Amino acid sequence: MLELRGVNAGYGTFQALFDLNLDVKAGEAVGVIGPNGAGKTTLMRVISGLIRPSRGSIAMEGADVVATPAHKIVSLGIAHVPENRRLFPQLTVDDNLKMGAFMKEARGHYAERQEVVFDLFPRLKERRHQMAGTMSGGEQQMCAIGRALMSNPKLLLLDEPSAGLAPVVVQQVFELMKRIRARGLTVLIVEQNVQQVLRVVDRAYLIEAGTIRASGTSAEMLASDTVKEAYLGV
Amino acid sequence: MQAFLDIFDIYLLEAVINGILLGGVLALLALGLNLIFGVIDVTWICYAELVMIGMYAMYFLVQYYGISYFIAAPLTILLVAILGALLHYLVIAPLLTAPPINQLLATGGVLFVLQSFATVAFGIDFRNLGIRLPVLAFGDMNFSYARLLSFLAALVGMVAVYLFMTRTFTGTAIRAISQDRQIMALMGVDTKRIYLITSAIGGGLAGLAACLLVLQYDVHPFVGLSFGPITFLICVLGGLGNFIGGFIAAFVFAEIISLGGLFSDLEWGYVLAFAFFIVMMFIRPAGLLARRR
Repeated sequence: MLELRGVNAGYGTFQALFDLNLDVKAGEAVGVIGPNGAGKTTLMRVISGLIRPSRGSIAMEGADVVATPAHKIVSLGIAHVPENRRLFPQLTVDDNLKMGAFMKEARGHYAERQEVVFDLFPRLKERRHQMAGTMSGGEQQMCAIGRALMSNPKLLLLDEPSAGLAPVVVQQVFELMKRIRARGLTVLIVEQNVQQVLRVVDRAYLIEAGTIRASGTSAEMLASDTVKEAYLGV
Repeated sequence: MQAFLDIFDIYLLEAVINGILLGGVLALLALGLNLIFGVIDVTWICYAELVMIGMYAMYFLVQYYGISYFIAAPLTILLVAILGALLHYLVIAPLLTAPPINQLLATGGVLFVLQSFATVAFGIDFRNLGIRLPVLAFGDMNFSYARLLSFLAALVGMVAVYLFMTRTFTGTAIRAISQDRQIMALMGVDTKRIYLITSAIGGGLAGLAACLLVLQYDVHPFVGLSFGPITFLICVLGGLGNFIGGFIAAFVFAEIISLGGLFSDLEWGYVLAFAFFIVMMFIRPAGLLARRR
């Protein structure tokens, strides 16, 4: 579904990704793990078009992502839940969800998508007229994921969904991951929380200093010495 | 003594109501400027000059081409809306990432360009529509029909903008964009297009204001000076970019002008309003309601 080949990307003169190759197949959940500053967030941003690669190709179901204007990439079926959620704090939950359905293809299905999201997150329905910025961290994360789902994406990019949440809420977020997968969505997830994320994904990549250091199935990654030493603390 | 108080009360009531009527148009002007500032983060110093161009458009359409006022008005609104979009496209867009002072100087330059253009093209004569609307009398109080009409039309304009901003996808995007510019692309929003639409709406509001002001004031190349500065003061007093603050500040200013004018002449009302502004800048420098973030 998603194919990255030889991608270089960075900010100004700072290069964050080096010759990166990555694949996500339809229906898969793929994790991206690695230390702070390894380029995980840059990877997500380059896929959704928030930054553009300086070299390499990105294809979504055969469509050239690099040649697509940033605001049209969501129409290719890629929805990005950014780091720190990035809700519109002074808009209501309803209006935040509305923004998720902004693109022309999604507007016609606004009501039914809203039903899907409220079905997945009944809490959002209770809070629909509340300013998004006044909700708890967990609720805001639900809203951010809900907003991304409004565009009816094929591929969901989740950047650190558990960051800054209380442990019990982190559990809920990972539970949620399973329910989202059950709806047939393909997921690419960046997480610091290595042990937990490896329990919900099929495969994972380990990124260090902007390159892929290791990759494999969750079981392989859990058994890998590199991963064990560095991230699992065993 | 009692007779004096009776008369005073009537005049006071008349002044209060006239203040409200004036406040409507000022609020409309402030809304346009606040919209541009709140969404695009630039200040259109030349905002009142767009109104001036709109007033000339009304004058020529009505007086020269003999078109009815009610057909000329939407044409003028459309024209100034296009002018607003052009202003954004030609002047603001290339300077979006420039320091604010450069943007201010550029729109300040447009102000002089528009004034000079009007002087050269239309001369410095004072012109008016030649429409004299009657004065309405309620008991001992007199109200200008033009003011009443302007107030209602301004209200309709503001309600229309409110509905657009809250009910439509594009309006919601306009409100969202000032809260987080970077991620708008993730929502499938083309920020450039939203900026153009916002500028057109800002221009359209200036056009509507022009249609209303031309009923009460003569148009000349420098007519912008008589309501441009006050519009800025209102926006700053309300907190730049704060729509509700601007709305309230417009009526506060209008009442000060109107009630101040009661004690001597109208010019003193303006002096009081400006003095009030200066005092408020010491007390609440961020505006009556600090900008909501």
